[in-house]
Amino acid sequence: MPTLTIDGQEIEVEANTTVLQAAEELGIQIPRFCYHDRLSIAGNCRMCLVEMEGPPKPIASCAMPVGEGMVIHTNSEVAIKARKGAMEFLLINHPLDCPICDQGGECDLQDQAVAFGRGDSRYSEHKRAVKDKYLGPLIATSMTRCITCTRCIRFATEIAGVEELGATFRGEETEIGTYVEEALTSELSGNLVDVCPVGALTNQAYAFNARPWELRKTESIDVHDAVGCNIRIDCRGNEVLRVLPRLHEDVNEEWLGDRSRYAVDGLGLQRLDRPYVRVDGKLKPASWDAAFAAIKARMDGADGGRMAAIAGDMADVEAMLALKEMFTALGSPNLDCRQDGAKIGGKHRGGYIFNSSIAGIEDADAILLVGTNPRWEATLVNARIRKRWLRGGLAVGVIGGVMGSNDDLTYKYDYLGAGPATLTEIADGSHAFAKVLADAERPMIILGSGAVARDDGAAVLDLARRVAEQNGMISGDWNGFNILHRAASRVGGLDLGFLPGDDGRDVAGIVAGAGKGEIDLVWLLGADEIDMQALGQAFVVYQGHHGDAGAHRADVILPGAAYTEKDATWVNTEGRVQLGRRAAYPPGEAREDWSILRAFSAVLDQPLPYDSLAQLRQHMVEAVPSLGEVDEVGPGEMGAMGVAGDVSAAPFESPVADYYLANAICRASAVMADSSRLYLNGEEATGTDG
Amino acid sequence: MKRVPAPDDQQPDSFAFTAENAAKAEQIIAKYPPRRQASAVMPLLDLAQRQHKNWLPRAAMNTVAEMLDMPRIRVYEVATFYTMYNLAPVGEHFVQICTTTPCWLRGSDDVVSACKNKLGIDLGETTADGKFTVIEVECLGACVNAPMMQVNDDYFEDLTADSTAAVLDALARGDKPKVGPQGGRHTTEPSGGPTTLTDFMGDG
Amino acid sequence: MLRDEDRIFTNLYGFQDWGLDGARKRGDWDNTKAILDKGPDAIVDEIKASGLRGRGGAGFPTGLKWSFMPKESDGKPTYLVVNADEGEPGTCKDRELMRHDPHKLVEGCLIAGFAMRASAAYIYIRGEFFIEANNLEAAVQQAYDAGLIGPDACGSGYSFDVFVHRGAGAYICGEETALIESLEGKKGQPRLKPPFPAGVGVWGRPTTVNNVESIAVSPTIMRRGANWFSGLGRENNTGTKVFCISGHVEQPCNVEEEMSIPLRELIEKHAGGVRGGWDNLLAIIPGGSSVRMLPKSICDTVLMDFDSLAAEKSGLGTAAVIVMDKSTDLVRAIARLSKFYAHESCGQCTPCREGTGWMWRIMERLVTGEADVAEIDMLLEVSTQIEGHTICALGDAAAWPIQGLMRHFRPMVEERIMDRKNKQPAAA
Repeated sequence: MPTLTIDGQEIEVEANTTVLQAAEELGIQIPRFCYHDRLSIAGNCRMCLVEMEGPPKPIASCAMPVGEGMVIHTNSEVAIKARKGAMEFLLINHPLDCPICDQGGECDLQDQAVAFGRGDSRYSEHKRAVKDKYLGPLIATSMTRCITCTRCIRFATEIAGVEELGATFRGEETEIGTYVEEALTSELSGNLVDVCPVGALTNQAYAFNARPWELRKTESIDVHDAVGCNIRIDCRGNEVLRVLPRLHEDVNEEWLGDRSRYAVDGLGLQRLDRPYVRVDGKLKPASWDAAFAAIKARMDGADGGRMAAIAGDMADVEAMLALKEMFTALGSPNLDCRQDGAKIGGKHRGGYIFNSSIAGIEDADAILLVGTNPRWEATLVNARIRKRWLRGGLAVGVIGGVMGSNDDLTYKYDYLGAGPATLTEIADGSHAFAKVLADAERPMIILGSGAVARDDGAAVLDLARRVAEQNGMISGDWNGFNILHRAASRVGGLDLGFLPGDDGRDVAGIVAGAGKGEIDLVWLLGADEIDMQALGQAFVVYQGHHGDAGAHRADVILPGAAYTEKDATWVNTEGRVQLGRRAAYPPGEAREDWSILRAFSAVLDQPLPYDSLAQLRQHMVEAVPSLGEVDEVGPGEMGAMGVAGDVSAAPFESPVADYYLANAICRASAVMADSSRLYLNGEEATGTDG
Repeated sequence: MKRVPAPDDQQPDSFAFTAENAAKAEQIIAKYPPRRQASAVMPLLDLAQRQHKNWLPRAAMNTVAEMLDMPRIRVYEVATFYTMYNLAPVGEHFVQICTTTPCWLRGSDDVVSACKNKLGIDLGETTADGKFTVIEVECLGACVNAPMMQVNDDYFEDLTADSTAAVLDALARGDKPKVGPQGGRHTTEPSGGPTTLTDFMGDG
Repeated sequence: MLRDEDRIFTNLYGFQDWGLDGARKRGDWDNTKAILDKGPDAIVDEIKASGLRGRGGAGFPTGLKWSFMPKESDGKPTYLVVNADEGEPGTCKDRELMRHDPHKLVEGCLIAGFAMRASAAYIYIRGEFFIEANNLEAAVQQAYDAGLIGPDACGSGYSFDVFVHRGAGAYICGEETALIESLEGKKGQPRLKPPFPAGVGVWGRPTTVNNVESIAVSPTIMRRGANWFSGLGRENNTGTKVFCISGHVEQPCNVEEEMSIPLRELIEKHAGGVRGGWDNLLAIIPGGSSVRMLPKSICDTVLMDFDSLAAEKSGLGTAAVIVMDKSTDLVRAIARLSKFYAHESCGQCTPCREGTGWMWRIMERLVTGEADVAEIDMLLEVSTQIEGHTICALGDAAAWPIQGLMRHFRPMVEERIMDRKNKQPAAA
């Protein structure tokens, strides 16, 4: 633990600390552009030069490891001259286009130019112009503004794991880009906008929409997958203009997947903004009273056993609780929150969550991925696996899930086989990878929905449990048994027990029953991913926010709130309870989902026992105490899970066929449609400039 | 100054090493430690360029990337960073005139003028018949034999306007002009004869 | 004047056979095993005692550098890398050593490599040196065929490989960490230090990078002894040195001379003197383009060695003497160097990437006088904003020629600006 002196203050720090980090610990902020604490050190911008007593030249504080007895001056004449010099050099060829630059107001260069720049320019030569580059439909480029800090290159190479960005040519002709005009093939590409300290890489979808000071910023939770990325929602008026990642070290660090960032235009398209009732085969606008009356007419006197409710993938815990309690009161055991038909859930939470936690991936030394393509199903879980892999000493085995050309997980792995037979071999120890797992200190299995959302899912779950138990995956404080969910609603729904009651039907049973006329009424809470054609003559209530599959089939539509429009709870795949916050109001007559259910319960004369969200939550925590433990994680209780039985020969397949069109919000988004056309169908966007 | 890659319509769709060069490539790769095959990228790009009329198409960069298991962008970076890789077609005789100070002090302007006059082209241009490309380059490390120019692999030194023209004429005729100093001395000894090592002038 | 029998590079001009037979006649590979038998530490000590300082420009003590390499092997390879990326304007000495005396270098690789316990040497030669690389590769092959290097080098039981790696046009690869990057198959962009190559070098392994001449003189030092070498030149500036004399002299040439020879004597004895006589001298850049120029008054007396030139705020650098007589447009001469540095900047770090081009453009205007006198101070300030603030020394190298010009010839530059102003029609 060396001790050094910075600006007269002594500090003792860890040996591998840099001077810049040590200064930060003292609260001394050293300006920088190229340095980023999650990327490798480049030391190229020279903004962080400080004076060190001894050497004749100032040192790059971002790169210099601390040493015993070092004496550093961050604001001496030498340091200031270096900093002002670097600032001037960065600005001489930087365009004076701040008024038309989207980075304006949140630009590191702008801020530091104010602090360290000259009031005037003494550069009288021609300024350099650099041709803009094409990086795909999500990133706008203005490369003349680039200060060549290489953060974007390092992000793409290190974090995203796609070595496609580079700096070509040299000297003042250096250009950042892909050299060939090709889109960056990463689901993390939007983060390039965040890491770029200037306006060279900006958010194409948000281009020229707003200035940062016009925006109202709301801290919330993402629901485009089950990772529960922490986000900031930026609105002007009632419009969501953009979504940015928010720091959560244990969940998403400071990154966000492109779907979560760029599908926001879908929040304003194909919205259900008023109730509808189907009249003579056609959906007609209706009042809330009329819509409720139409449903009540079908429910009055009906047998609860002939009614069913399905919770969709983005449903919040509060709405699911209200729906469950309403249907229970109606005497219906036919509830399910597992649209995909996963054979999981039950009283042992350890059987349906990601027990080791996302951050726990960094402790693993062997990972077995079964029936999942984490890159598309949980982009930041995948990024975490890559982060761990980069450190070395990690073995990754894959069974099914990845397919065809979509087999690049951004880290090396052994493809062990396609289906349950391989998992069986590992369970009985006959497969070579069984030894890898057995020899590992902290082995981990990650089961995707492609492994458990199938007819033999319960048997697969049982097999996976055996693999885990036989290979020391569950021992002491380590639980390497992990379910990787895709749906933001899923763990919350399972925690609530939004599952078939006694003799109740699961999703498949509900759909089949509706088709056969055994179920008369189906309530879809944002459920769009089931086979709507199979619902037969059943009366369908669709409560949700987008005019997607469910709404098209519906007999009554109750317009709900999207995730940005409600204060609500979600539980991520780790079992982490997180609170989303309302950034905007639902459009038109749409309402928050729990309140719709509360209102309708009154129409039924069976009012739910809460009049406010606070009351609902109190009730919720009483029913399921874990839902009150916000942002806590830990291994779930283990116990009986799955059912020993025969497994089929069918390969495990990831259910995500298109990362960009995975839910109703994405399917409404023009930006996601463009991305899907480009990345999935190889259709290049037209034009590369501007 | 900036090197401009050949436009797409001049880029061949594919590139493959000849059997002979593929074998050479294997020998080159073997010079480096195991798993450090990326070290062979520069010699392999050079080999590709020599096979491809002295310029390096993108397809060749891609081929080399694949051979060395390197991301393409890393090869593009290398190919664009080092100035000896020609990113667009060049003439059969690739004339590179050093104009850096030591050569300039001894008349590289005359060499440039002689080339321009003789070939009727400006720096950076190629003659209509594709025989000659002339460019200006930075110090080629033959400063005591200034001024000088390099044509393909050969150095022509101690040039004057006349001897420059003579070299170009010979090349145009298809002759192989004598490489090295054009003014009569052997290599880098003083032109009046060595002031040292006078006993070491024979094969003694 | 150095006697021929004290010259190391007796085939400097290539009048003799450069191959193994010729080399043996010149005394190379003569019982090399006996040198190796002294052991690594004795060799390092001998080189230290000789006072040999690096011949690539920086002048770091060579023996000391070798001693930084790990003494205990961890079982993995370590490397000697020879910097043959000669590109400093004015400099053309290593080229001669490689095409005319390659065996001195190959033998030097074995001895130096053995002394630093390296497993192999990679000689990084600039790509334009095609003939030189061919001769060198042929010499390496001859050495392998004769068992001088390889699994049992010279019968010593020591296994040592030598490889030749060709560059492809980038001055910056003469910077040792850029060279290492390039050898790894990347762009030649200098690394941040620490870590230093002796700890983390090529392919992550301990590496020492030495100039061709530093390595090539080491066999002779071992044969003739440290005392012989240190007896030449002055204290702290010992031995012989290959000088390159270019520019406005009667007979430009390379010559091996004693270190610390007076600059004037060097030029007059070997290069036929300054064109038009010594009094026609205007200025000299004494150590390759990167060092500050000296006006005639200093050239009259200065000695050609590290310390004398440093005392005059210049440097021995690569010992490449660029002579400029009174006909020279010094502003243009330096502007051309500024262009060189802008062209060769790797572009990695801000001050060099942005500053070298800026300085060049101002210099181009100063050539025609199209500037304000105040811009001279601005130019000097810009040069100091680059100097010392970059990852590698290229920034310094770009700054110093301009500083040297202004230090000694500023009135001339100002005069040119005023002349142009006076010729302009007066503004209304």
